[in-house]
Amino acid sequence: MADTGLVETLLRRVEKVDGGVDSQDVATSLGVDHQAIVGAVKSLQALGDVISAEQRSSKHWELTGEGCEIAEQGSHEARVVSSIPEEGMPQSQLMKLAFGKVGFSKAMSNKWIRLDKGHEGGPRIFKTVESLEDLVRDKLLLVQKGQASQLEEKEKNELKKRKLLSEVTVKSYWITKGSCFSTTITKQETELTPEMIASGSWKEKKFKPYNFEAMGVAPDCGHLHPLMKVRTQFRQIFLEMGFTEMPTNNFIESSFWNFDSLFQPQQHPARDQHDTFFLSDPAQAHEFPQDYLERVRKVHSEGGFGSQGYKYDWKIEEAQKNILRTHTTAVSARMLYKLAQQEKFTPVKYFSIDRVFRNETLDATHLAEFHQIEGVVADYGLTLGDLMGILHQFFNKLGITKLRFKPAYNPYTEPSMEVFSYHEGLKKWVELGNSGVFRPEMLLPMGLPEGVTVIAWGLSLERPTMIKYGINNIRELVGHKVNLQMVYDSPVCRLDS
Amino acid sequence: MVVNMPTVSVKRDLLFHALGRTYTDEEFDELCFEFGLELDEITSEKDIISREQGNTKAEGASDVILYKIDVPANRYDLLCLEGLVRGLQVFKQKMEAPRYRRVSPASRTPQRLVITEETAAVRPHAVAAVLRNITFTQERYDSFIELQEKLHQNVCRKRTLVAIGTHDLDTISGPFTYTAKPPGDIRFKPLNQAKEYTAQELMSLYKTDSHLRHYLHIIEDEPLYPVIYDSNGIVLSMPPIINGDHSKISLNTKNVFIECTATDLTKAKIVLDMMVTMFCEYCEEPFTVEEAEVVYPDGRTCQYPELAYRKETLSADFINRKVGISESTEHIAQLLTKMCLLSEVMSDGEQIEVEIPPTRSDVIHACDIMEDAAMAYGFNNIPRTTPRTYTVANQLPLNKLSELLRQDLAAAGFTEALTFALCSQEDIADKLLKNISETRACHISNPKTAEFQVARTTLLSGLLKTVAANRKMPLPLRLFEISDVVLKDETKDVGARNNRRLCAVYYNKSPGFEVIHGLMDRVMQLLEVKPGQGDGYHIQATDDSTFFPGRCAEIFARGKSIGRLGVLHPDVINRFELTMPCSALDIDIEPFL
Repeated sequence: MADTGLVETLLRRVEKVDGGVDSQDVATSLGVDHQAIVGAVKSLQALGDVISAEQRSSKHWELTGEGCEIAEQGSHEARVVSSIPEEGMPQSQLMKLAFGKVGFSKAMSNKWIRLDKGHEGGPRIFKTVESLEDLVRDKLLLVQKGQASQLEEKEKNELKKRKLLSEVTVKSYWITKGSCFSTTITKQETELTPEMIASGSWKEKKFKPYNFEAMGVAPDCGHLHPLMKVRTQFRQIFLEMGFTEMPTNNFIESSFWNFDSLFQPQQHPARDQHDTFFLSDPAQAHEFPQDYLERVRKVHSEGGFGSQGYKYDWKIEEAQKNILRTHTTAVSARMLYKLAQQEKFTPVKYFSIDRVFRNETLDATHLAEFHQIEGVVADYGLTLGDLMGILHQFFNKLGITKLRFKPAYNPYTEPSMEVFSYHEGLKKWVELGNSGVFRPEMLLPMGLPEGVTVIAWGLSLERPTMIKYGINNIRELVGHKVNLQMVYDSPVCRLDS
Repeated sequence: MVVNMPTVSVKRDLLFHALGRTYTDEEFDELCFEFGLELDEITSEKDIISREQGNTKAEGASDVILYKIDVPANRYDLLCLEGLVRGLQVFKQKMEAPRYRRVSPASRTPQRLVITEETAAVRPHAVAAVLRNITFTQERYDSFIELQEKLHQNVCRKRTLVAIGTHDLDTISGPFTYTAKPPGDIRFKPLNQAKEYTAQELMSLYKTDSHLRHYLHIIEDEPLYPVIYDSNGIVLSMPPIINGDHSKISLNTKNVFIECTATDLTKAKIVLDMMVTMFCEYCEEPFTVEEAEVVYPDGRTCQYPELAYRKETLSADFINRKVGISESTEHIAQLLTKMCLLSEVMSDGEQIEVEIPPTRSDVIHACDIMEDAAMAYGFNNIPRTTPRTYTVANQLPLNKLSELLRQDLAAAGFTEALTFALCSQEDIADKLLKNISETRACHISNPKTAEFQVARTTLLSGLLKTVAANRKMPLPLRLFEISDVVLKDETKDVGARNNRRLCAVYYNKSPGFEVIHGLMDRVMQLLEVKPGQGDGYHIQATDDSTFFPGRCAEIFARGKSIGRLGVLHPDVINRFELTMPCSALDIDIEPFL
């Protein structure tokens, strides 16, 4: 807060005039530094609408240090004349005076003095005039009195050249009464205190207004990862639809459960070194349900269960190879096999969301590991229409209502359908995932009853998340290279809005 | 459920000419969608060259419009223009599916291919056929060559399972011999070369060939290489690498001898059937294929191509029930016929007899027929119904606990990281001052880079790498992750198991052991374990090379060691390219289930 006395003086000044006052004029007339007036203006502005102050800038002429000296004591040339006695003065003596040099040459050119070079005892200077008009001093005095306008531009520039005058820019405020103008001011409180509440003094106090334009202080908190937030939502959707979570905490899987049990032939390209991570240690799985394994071998190599089979030489060595699972469907196979071992079949709905691994070429949308979302329903008499209906319900919960299905190929589902949705932003149909009905060659060797149909669908967790958060490079979402600021800033996840 | 689809590129105008009408791009896209195809791209040779090699190279290239069409991986009958047109025309009921016939040659003596026993160890199977009096045009010829390439890449599994050789029959004379010889003994002029080479020389010649070098490994290390000779000792081909130049086909070839050698006989038969069924329409007598006889080392003989038509009988009710529609038997038979599966309603009015042609090797079960009926009906015309399956949902207890803890760790001021399950050996061993042999890590045999050498055995390295990538962020950094590590475990069928861990780090100008210790206390509180010996939890000083000596403690809960906490060793900090002290907590949460 600026000096209260000054603030009140300023307010009284403003009160007296109608049009307003200039802060520079106030400073001059009060004889205080202009910065003090500026301080008073600022503190009045902080009080609200007591005054209104408009910033202005103006140029004016001011004396330099040398100019001030001249205004006070006369120009150098005048002082030279007045310091020379009637009998004259040796030139060497004159030159010793502070104003000697400049004054001598100016006085010479004004013909106010003369130099007698041949004088005995060295060159000597004599006055040639008795009285003189010191115009330089007169002009500077005018400027000092604030009457610079009486001088011609040419005169001012000449004085500027002599470094006696300088032109300065002055910032000032034009101060007028504000809508809440008052000459008395009360001190404003910044914050409510327990004492004010206790004493009730808050009722009489005025409070400094808050700046609602400023940001608040960020809370000191932890954050959940955006991909995991989306995972939570998908998990919630499955639970709402009555699906039970499968135990997918086994990244390492045998080729048997990952491929063979799904009726995926041993020469299938997905089983290639280029697509799948194989393990060197532990290289092989060593335990399989033997009779089931035999049925799997047979359906691949000879057919059966109404199938022609693939008619090739099925090898246990291929089935034993350990890999990093390429899909969570390996777990679905284990779960369906387990279901088939129940004494009596009971319908199930299963889901999982977990990591899968592909030894693929990496790019902006593909990593060697990603999360697969999978849903499976097993019951008697399920139809392709049921699969489409349940997909419709599932995607509805994601806020996706326009779906269509394209025939596709997948070794373990028949029919197989790619699921497309209409993307309003992109104005085109985009692929969301895959779906299908598990083949009898997969289900019947497990021992599931003939009338049981199993429908399933899968999609990646990363893709919808990238679309939702507008991320183009998957590395900005997953892995250690993510920018934590992105994690800190990510909003809550509601998939349906 | 990611499936790689082969892509076939066809000239648009040629396709429309063959289909007998034109389509807008949108109309054709729609037709593809219905038929299970995908119009992947509309382009031209010029576009492709200019995209891959720049505009200057593309000058003068053809700007004829090409459609690139994605075909399902098991539909080998749609891998060329001829097959696509036939499939679509039958689907649109513009034509009936042709009937393919195997015929005897006019001379009554079929071409013979004799297999010798030497082939047994390297590539034991071979089949053959003849396309007689065929008329090639430039387009037909190009398509013929292109189909071989497509089949090689797909069903032939890059020639490992099957390799196709096509020859001008008028330049060679049978009977042909399929045998295997030491590479030094094989000598011939290969396709498009000016002189003769031995097989050995060829293998080194093709080492630098951008195309052929990918197939060398199939026979490279074999003592004997497969080779086919005619009766005059002329080399037809050295499968699966290259054909001889002598018998190469041209636009003027009238009679084509096709041989397929294989390690998988079923696939060889399929491939031969595809080659002949796709192109026999250009023979003087369309849709006929002249048989060839294959003589096995044991004296057996077989006639090829098989061109087998197989019959399946199924009921309309089966299809209606599986698809979820209620169509008449007649209509379903019509739908199947549209898919090249000629179908007839049987006398009982309920059963349908379906004939599966040799072009549809993908149909191996009634469910494949059901799918074709559903496709012809239109997937998007099937009413969407809700299954009545009643079930009660259950969460996996381990995931339920993880989800609950995640929320509370974030509430405790820690931020969740999401790091990779695969990493380098260095990440889990050297950088943590551990020996790889003591980590119980599972090793990957075919990593493309060091980032995928092992499955992680700790979450700590991922968190420290996350800190390293975020050094510019304001301190302190408080991070956590609850996820699985993988450990070898003999008791499991695959010899390994996942283990759910909770790991947290505190990174600041001071180590903040008390912060990480406080977090551990909070976690125990959340898990309802009280401080104390016995049933409670306590920590006890321990030595661990990852941690600063004297600044590490083992955590015991209910009498069991569950993990560690402490201040990281300065060498660990350095190895992760960090500069500040850091404390860490790493526990197994599975004991709390």
